[in-house]
Amino acid sequence: MYTQALNTAETEDRGLEDAARAAQFQARIDAEERIEPNDWMPAAYRKTLTRQISQHAHSEIVGMLPEGNWITRAPTLRRKAALLAKVQDECGHGLYLYAAAETLGTSREELVDAMLAGKAKYSSIFNYPTLTWADIGTIGWLVDGAAIMNQIPLCRCSYGPYARAMIRVCKEESFHQRQGYEIMLTLCRGSDEQKAMAQDALNRWWWPVLMMFGPPDATSQHSDTSTKWKIKRFSNDELRQKFVDATVPQAQYLGLTIPDPGMTQDADGHWRYSEIDWTEFKQVLAGNGPCNRDRLAARRRAHDEGAWVREAAASYAAKRARRQTAQAAE
Amino acid sequence: MATPNTPLWEVFIRSRNGLAHKHVGSLHASDATMALQAARDIYTRRGEGLSIWVVPSTAITASDPAEKGMMFEPAESKIYRHPTFYEVPEEVGHM
Repeated sequence: MYTQALNTAETEDRGLEDAARAAQFQARIDAEERIEPNDWMPAAYRKTLTRQISQHAHSEIVGMLPEGNWITRAPTLRRKAALLAKVQDECGHGLYLYAAAETLGTSREELVDAMLAGKAKYSSIFNYPTLTWADIGTIGWLVDGAAIMNQIPLCRCSYGPYARAMIRVCKEESFHQRQGYEIMLTLCRGSDEQKAMAQDALNRWWWPVLMMFGPPDATSQHSDTSTKWKIKRFSNDELRQKFVDATVPQAQYLGLTIPDPGMTQDADGHWRYSEIDWTEFKQVLAGNGPCNRDRLAARRRAHDEGAWVREAAASYAAKRARRQTAQAAE
Repeated sequence: MATPNTPLWEVFIRSRNGLAHKHVGSLHASDATMALQAARDIYTRRGEGLSIWVVPSTAITASDPAEKGMMFEPAESKIYRHPTFYEVPEEVGHM
């Protein structure tokens, strides 16, 4: 059940009983059982998932901004309708994920406030600007493509509400990637300028997209326990490699060049990419990417400008409830 | 200032005529009308349903997962409630 209302704050027992419960919990995970909101879970499991699911939700919501930027300037009505539907989907994905995160005992309002205060992170990819229409194609093709790579294994995550939310998200996400690839294909079959625009977008997005899979396995700080708890099924580097192997032939079909002159295909057919510039990743995560301040400012503005709507809806509901009570008393 | 909490609702959707409403997720809304509209926008963007129920989450009483052993034990020991418990000769045919 997706209810935080059922999660009455149970004081977690400490000491010996904890060790026994933790062992029992791990045995359930090892047996591929799903953990549900009201089941006992270690505090660290709850904390890790709250962090991960809420960051995932924030990413969906902030991810609406770079694409929303092009809704009014889409080249045709068909493209505009599709982009609008895609941005609506991202909003929906954010809401499924907030609902899943809430089952762990933190309210959506608290989670959103943490993001607005700059205390919670979201995917660094959304701190890059969408300069041309080709960026919208590239985001659908590569950013959503990378997101799908990440999200498919999450459909089997040990935490039930997260896994169920991911199943819904993945079903919808495939339209996103296909519409992006179609935009790229149209540009690549168009004029020289259009093809150059597509290549330029790929050049700018390629490396940030590879960074979406997170730091290399050797330095990732959350991986070990997440793997043990079956939140994570594949390592960052494994998923990144899968993504690169799937994407190179798609780029070749478009006639575009991946901006990595050192890339080679090994004997097993895997495409080996060059060293990723992790200082850029850290800079963007630390708030110094091209659009970090802009994104947060846009979210804060939207939240503040929506305050009167929330207040009006709440006072209308309160007025109706009062009236009903009064009528019942008559 | 912290954002005040908006009530939580559980959403149930009936996909086709003849099937039961099924829990699909939850959402926040200040009243039932807004909850229904939000449920349509969030959970039926691709024709997923013909009917929606929204229920305040606080109205749900749930069984305690810690006691599921005891709760469901009475059914576990009664294999004679299943058709396969009974032997019918093959000559009799499908029954």
